[in-house]
Amino acid sequence: MVEKNLAYFPDFSVSPRIDQVGIEERAARFTKRSIKKETKLNGLLLTLNMIDLTTLEGKDTVGKVQQMCYKAKHLHDAYEGLPTVAAVCVYPTMVSVAKKAVAGSGVKVASVATAFPSGQAPRDVKIRDTKYAVAEGADEIDMVISRGKFLEGEYNFVFDEIAAIKEACGSARLKVILETGELVTYDKVRRASDIAMYAGADFIKTSTGKISPAATMPVTLVMLEAIRDFYYKTGRRIAMKPAGGISKSKLALHYLVMLNEILGEAWMNNEWFRFGASSLANDVLMQIMKEKTGVYQGKDYFSLD
Amino acid sequence: MASSKNNTIKLKFDSARKYAPAPESRSAAKINARYDLFINGKFEKPLSKKYFGTISPSSEERLSEVADANAADVDKAVKAARQAYDRYWKKLSGAERGKYLYRIARMVQEKARELAIIESLNGGKPIRESRDFDVPTAANHFFYYAGWADKLEYAFPNRQAQPLGVAGQIIPWNFPLLMAAWKIAPALATGNTVVLKPAETTPLTALKLAEIIQEADLPPGVVNIITGAGATGAALVNHPGVDKIAFTGSTQVGKIIQNAIAGTPKKATLELGGKAANIIFDDAPLDQAVEGVINGIFFNQGHVCCAGSRLYVQESVFKQVVQKLKDRLETMIVGDPLDKNTDIGAINSKEQLNTINKYIKIGIKEGAEIYQSSAELPHKGFWCRPTLFTNVAQSNRIAQEEIFGPVLAIQSFRTDDEVIEKANNSPYGLSSGVWTDKGSKIFNLTTKLRSGVVWANTFNKFDPTSPFGGYKESGYGREGGLHGLNAYVKLV
Repeated sequence: MVEKNLAYFPDFSVSPRIDQVGIEERAARFTKRSIKKETKLNGLLLTLNMIDLTTLEGKDTVGKVQQMCYKAKHLHDAYEGLPTVAAVCVYPTMVSVAKKAVAGSGVKVASVATAFPSGQAPRDVKIRDTKYAVAEGADEIDMVISRGKFLEGEYNFVFDEIAAIKEACGSARLKVILETGELVTYDKVRRASDIAMYAGADFIKTSTGKISPAATMPVTLVMLEAIRDFYYKTGRRIAMKPAGGISKSKLALHYLVMLNEILGEAWMNNEWFRFGASSLANDVLMQIMKEKTGVYQGKDYFSLD
Repeated sequence: MASSKNNTIKLKFDSARKYAPAPESRSAAKINARYDLFINGKFEKPLSKKYFGTISPSSEERLSEVADANAADVDKAVKAARQAYDRYWKKLSGAERGKYLYRIARMVQEKARELAIIESLNGGKPIRESRDFDVPTAANHFFYYAGWADKLEYAFPNRQAQPLGVAGQIIPWNFPLLMAAWKIAPALATGNTVVLKPAETTPLTALKLAEIIQEADLPPGVVNIITGAGATGAALVNHPGVDKIAFTGSTQVGKIIQNAIAGTPKKATLELGGKAANIIFDDAPLDQAVEGVINGIFFNQGHVCCAGSRLYVQESVFKQVVQKLKDRLETMIVGDPLDKNTDIGAINSKEQLNTINKYIKIGIKEGAEIYQSSAELPHKGFWCRPTLFTNVAQSNRIAQEEIFGPVLAIQSFRTDDEVIEKANNSPYGLSSGVWTDKGSKIFNLTTKLRSGVVWANTFNKFDPTSPFGGYKESGYGREGGLHGLNAYVKLV
């Protein structure tokens, strides 16, 4: 179906331009929505359910990953009926550990691949990295694009690489990380989004979390608008994942308002939207407990895995 | 790029309009049951002995009643202004005048919340706008002109700027407090005294401003605020003791005023209607252009003289832009002006709603294609769904006449010359907007569009430092900025 709709090959050098002042004003407008009462509680529960709980460090161990996976399934058992997070996100060597730890819970296992976070490796290494993670049982692959090639204007290289990784993914869903903090301009974010979607991405994702700035609302808005234009052109839905820099529930709610008003309710679930975050969950839990009990609890009442 | 053959592709936004209510608290605003006329520093009972009610257009609830000034009241106010001018104000140094203006500016800021609530209650505009735009911009105008008060010799080098005397100022109902600030601040900065008449449907924030002015200890009679309808305004315009008329309102009333003062020494500035062209080229950043168009026509329910009510879209992106506009329309929340999530509030009056509805009927009859958002409207009060018309021609009345409501007439164009010709083909010339990624195109258009303001890649941006005013039937004279001082001085 995809092939049929993509019979032509777009010229990425003429991707729509983005006006910086305009996009930032529009993004700020979403933060003016006042989210209260049941709308707030529903938003917070949905946020929890959209989180990709993440640990991507050189010092990750089996024990650390297992503890995080337990947290993914049991966010705060003092509050009954909380959802689980959407997925855990780990390095390829930890996929089998994570897979076993979340088995039967519905929590998905995502793995970064393609020489994350820099992407500075030959294509065959990237493909092997991806195939290894998939073979270990990863449900989702988070790849990075070759930012150097993109900035050189080698759009076809970037396109082909994404397409090759998509093929290596098999049935695993592919998230394409643009690393927007290294692309710098909104025009480039838009162009990279278009390339990723046309090359076969299932998700487009802002950042690795290793570069600052990571996700921002205007950058995410540029990507959501790219998804919308792509949907109208091809009928194909693409999912979105802002990652890094979202650690407060209020900000997460602003993102959900933006999602709801740009792509509408069909995207308001964890199949089509994720937060890549590690410390967001506890802040959301704190707010949920406040909604329930009327008082804020100290952060030591929430587990730190 | 090719467009999809699948016509069923549609985004759904039903939930986007359903946020839990988040109303601003009414109790933060104190509204008296009755207001008298503010003359000579005191609130005085009208000689007419008459009052009329003022309502909230979102609920039709009566908020208060205000005095209906007759010719005798107007005479009293003008005499108070003359006396204050002769005895005190014209002799005061610029620095001292500036102090009073700074004080008023700070007090407007201090009472910002209360002013915003009353503005939304009495006028119907969303609290988001009165809180984030009307009140802060009003304070900024006082601050800005306070700064000029002792620097007039630099504003007019080698000339001496003398005040005109008593300024009669008549303001409209769309930005009641902001228009009062636009009028009062430059008049006082240049040494004039003022008789101001707010619109009959929205007198309350001007009367709150009168309380602020009283509290600021401005010398009695320097600012007088009198309420009433058309007859009160006519008495003010025709009063022989008035040296200058500053009017913002409809072109129709502007013409009557111009007629009335012809042959008298009275000076005038008239800021009248508009039918602004907003022009989108195919190389524009489309999503931001669409947002600008939305802001241009639906800001303040379209009750804006410079509203971008004519949209011209280059044909190659026409379908895409209309699609984006429709999606954006679906996410706009219409309802309680005091709710922080409201995007579009109530229409200011029943009379105005009738006018808008009349034009919507005309548009349909003219064969234009109507699209309205599916937003549910409250049962009480005056409401209009945000409305788009496509399939519009230059010869349609909805493309020629000012509707002053949330109604956008969309036309396509093909070339630069064509759109310049069409944009200028209007009796009005207040503002216009250009959306393109190309700098040279912006400069080409700004030199050829005959309107007082041309916005490039933005719309409805205001700043006290920037002059504002029209060509043709949009009036004459400039308000704001250095130019705004000109209207209140004679240079010797």
